[in-house]
Amino acid sequence: MNSLYYQKRLSRNIGDKFFTSLSIICALIAILPLIFLVTYILYKGGSQITPELFTLEPNPPGDDLDAGGINPALIGTLIITTIASIIAIPVGVGGGIYLAEYSKGGAFSRFIRFGVNVLAGVPSIIAGVFIYALIVSTKILFGSMYSGLAGGMALSILMLPTVIKTTDEGLKLVPNELRYASLGVGASMYTTILKVTLPSAFRSIATGVVLGIARAAGETAPLIFTALFSYYYITGFGDLFYEMGSLAVLIYNFALEPYDAQNKLAWAASFILVLSILSVNIFSRILAAFTEKTKRV
Amino acid sequence: MEEKLTLFKNRKRFGIEKNIDIIFKNTALVLSSFVAIILLGIILVVFFQSFESFSRYGLKFLVTSEWNPVKDEYGAFTAIYGTLVTSFLSLLITIPLGVGTAIFITEDFVPKVFREIIGSFVELLAAIPSVVLGLWAIFVMEPFFRAFFVFLHNFFGWIPLFSTEPTGRNSLLAILILVVMLLPIVTSIARDSLNQVPKKLRNAAYGIGASRWKTIFSVILPAALSGIMAGVLLALGRAMGETMAVTMIIGNSNAFSWSLLSPGYTISSMLANQFGEADGSQVSSLFYAAFVLMILSLVVNIFAQWLVKKFSLKY
Repeated sequence: MNSLYYQKRLSRNIGDKFFTSLSIICALIAILPLIFLVTYILYKGGSQITPELFTLEPNPPGDDLDAGGINPALIGTLIITTIASIIAIPVGVGGGIYLAEYSKGGAFSRFIRFGVNVLAGVPSIIAGVFIYALIVSTKILFGSMYSGLAGGMALSILMLPTVIKTTDEGLKLVPNELRYASLGVGASMYTTILKVTLPSAFRSIATGVVLGIARAAGETAPLIFTALFSYYYITGFGDLFYEMGSLAVLIYNFALEPYDAQNKLAWAASFILVLSILSVNIFSRILAAFTEKTKRV
Repeated sequence: MEEKLTLFKNRKRFGIEKNIDIIFKNTALVLSSFVAIILLGIILVVFFQSFESFSRYGLKFLVTSEWNPVKDEYGAFTAIYGTLVTSFLSLLITIPLGVGTAIFITEDFVPKVFREIIGSFVELLAAIPSVVLGLWAIFVMEPFFRAFFVFLHNFFGWIPLFSTEPTGRNSLLAILILVVMLLPIVTSIARDSLNQVPKKLRNAAYGIGASRWKTIFSVILPAALSGIMAGVLLALGRAMGETMAVTMIIGNSNAFSWSLLSPGYTISSMLANQFGEADGSQVSSLFYAAFVLMILSLVVNIFAQWLVKKFSLKY
């Protein structure tokens, strides 16, 4: 009769309790760093935020106590990420369209899909090394060496796999009936893709692409010897061909400076970078959850 | 008859439209082959740039640790050893933590809302740029762990791994920051593969009287193993190539030491540190090191993909 009741002392029940608490401890250890990290950055970086931060140039370290602002780095990050997007999005979406709509699972498409996964695993610093060898050291871009343009190209290599993958997977989720219907009423293949399948996959593709851009915005390793760093305002189009600062490289350079003022600037830049990346992530997550719900109904 | 014929003629596609269709398809084809071109380009460019150093040192480059731009002597053993040690040790810590967290998220210990919140928290950790993690490691983690490292050295100093006096940045800190970076990868992939195990298996195990953890260890984890392994390998590839956080905290010293409490080097941190100012045969040697790093991460990644294909669940 006793065996029908839950017995605490049984070794299986003790073992279960033990492992349950172990996994709870694991989960706690996993989320604690995030909570520490985010609160610390928000507290430490948030306290450095002033209006001048967004308008001034950073001062070269060492000569005075005032570190200045991060205006050139902020604009530089925007420009470099935009260049990367301009290159990676058309190439990636086009490639994804080919994989999802035209290829018939043959050797070529399998090779490309494999290549996308391999490229996604290439260390980000290798992308920088590649662009350095190809563009910076050869001065192929009208004689300029380190430039914002080269930095954007290095970042686009990192964005490309993400864009292709999300396009490919987004298009594969579009039901075939839509394609049949469009082709059946006489639309050509490109009309079908541009007017029917791409629009219906737009949201999932856009979410993936935006997440890819957010990831690229925080990348540092490909930029440290392609775009380098600059202390000066970006004034015109020609500055694309010269060294260009970015928030990520500013954090790297100024974190290693022995001066407190520069360190504070690094924290402020981290605050802006983390806040914008996290809000993009949270926003697209909410958007994705929302679309999933509406689809189910 | 005449009327029908014109109708039929009008139904033909215009020549322009046909051409656009063909152009569109071929453009997409060309764009998709860009991936292959870039990948091959990276491999070829890095290989040819490293050729000078490769022909001079051969495989000796991999086992000597002299790195002296003045005497023009280069060997990357310290960096390669550092890359392997930091990535494997960090993985060793990450695997139990990540899989444990994934089990916590997929089991019903706490209401679903909390589990989802924890899950997305961990995924947000992956979105934080590594340079910010490096900044945090320098100013928060290093002071926090300093006393602990001194303790480690005092009580376990007889183990070669802890044999040096801790002075600021060191390899162990790099390992710890790598754990923070790898946790989201391992956790989210382990969670996905645990979620894919069919409910039937769990119900069957419960039905014959297995306890919860007996079910997890004997049924669910084995069924999800291939996915978890692939996630672990992806994390390993990431750990090997991780640059910024490691560069900022590892101390960047080419002096070889078995101790984790002394400053070290990894291939990627060596590249980040020296590439900007290098010239002459140093550049070629750096490219050689980059080539080694690329091969390491390519092998790990390809093996991971093969594993997924070979052992993916067949229920």
